[in-house]
Amino acid sequence: MNRIALQVTGFDECISARTWIMKRIKSKIAILAIASLAAGPLLADESVRVRNCTWCHGISAQGFSTAPRLAGQRYQYIENQLLSFKEHSRDNPLSKQYMWGATANLSPQTAHDLAAYFSALPPQAANDGDRELVAAGRTIYEEGIAESNIVSCLVCHGPNGEGVREIPRLGGLSYSYLKKRLEQWGEGFHAAAEPMPQIASQLSPNQIEALASYLSFIEYDSLER
Amino acid sequence: MKVVSLRLALQTAVLAIVFSVAGRAEDSRTVTVSKQELQAKLEYCKTCHGLSGQGYRGYFPMPRLAGQQPTYLENQLRAFIERRRKNPVMFNVAHVLSPSMVAALAEHFRELNPNPIGGAPKEPLALGKTIYDEGLPEANIAACSACHGPEAKGKDEIPRLAGQLFPYTEKVLTNWDKERGLGSAKDTSAIMVPTTHNLTHSQIAAIAAYISNLK
Repeated sequence: MNRIALQVTGFDECISARTWIMKRIKSKIAILAIASLAAGPLLADESVRVRNCTWCHGISAQGFSTAPRLAGQRYQYIENQLLSFKEHSRDNPLSKQYMWGATANLSPQTAHDLAAYFSALPPQAANDGDRELVAAGRTIYEEGIAESNIVSCLVCHGPNGEGVREIPRLGGLSYSYLKKRLEQWGEGFHAAAEPMPQIASQLSPNQIEALASYLSFIEYDSLER
Repeated sequence: MKVVSLRLALQTAVLAIVFSVAGRAEDSRTVTVSKQELQAKLEYCKTCHGLSGQGYRGYFPMPRLAGQQPTYLENQLRAFIERRRKNPVMFNVAHVLSPSMVAALAEHFRELNPNPIGGAPKEPLALGKTIYDEGLPEANIAACSACHGPEAKGKDEIPRLAGQLFPYTEKVLTNWDKERGLGSAKDTSAIMVPTTHNLTHSQIAAIAAYISNLK
């Protein structure tokens, strides 16, 4: 929270902060380039497959437009999702449009390798939510709203949205991706991902916006895997 | 200063009226929880504790509630509210429940009987069974079965252990007096304190593994 509180500054500070952030991003890109090179030999014969993912998810897999960040995601989660696209149980509109085709000929071994590759990349926070909703989102995330039968997200996704095993890391994913996933569970998509349909259908549009905003700002200083 | 004390007095008076009204409302609906309210609350419990109450392994292990003793559930919910049992999430969950809702929830979970979710290590099962059935007299550890019953079904305020999640039991026995029996109020959890102190980590793991497989 300190990190987030520090970022909620006045306009003047924002400008100097932006220069600082740009510097940080540049240095991170350099690190990423090295990291990708280092990861390269692992998947030397699979570079084409990685390229097929990064067309949409971005060269450093930080996500782009509607394609979510894959960098730093839990590998068991990535693997499971790839298989669920292939089996068509993840049936969200854009999954259907892009990921069903992308995974149609995916072998379990390739799914495993891709998951290992992307989970090892360091994630950056999208930072694209509404800062004014961060406090409200954090309260729902940590405590739930018992009166309205809304459960705490923390008990499964971890104190900092870090995820564990097959439970996804949420911290720093983009606001628009998080918002859409939560909305679509309420609309009946990806019904197999119990208990998320039950949870998300209890959330109001305002609560979804608050949660997605809070999560979009979470960063990880050191990556625990 | 005078204004403040007048305001305080007024607020106290308003509160007193509110409480007396609330008190009467509570009396008049002692056993009535609407089916709809109960259903919504059950779904809420089960999103974390498993859709059949079988428990769930999230970032934290969420214990199995299926087949649990109603008196035990009721006691624990009250312990969360009174901060005798430390768990910030369950405090929020428990403090909005009316006594009649607690009773209805407890009754529902008693009737559920899903299979254990499994996932415990196999190696320590034999030691776990020995400790559960016979205890370890040389280490001052009583047989679990003496209180929790030969089939680990529990009774009244003594919890059922059969089918409980391995990582949950492991955590509970390891942290017993850091999480339970807090504050000055009397609490039945005190009974377990000497036993949990005498257990080694591998003995805890053995018991946790053994009971996690019991149906």
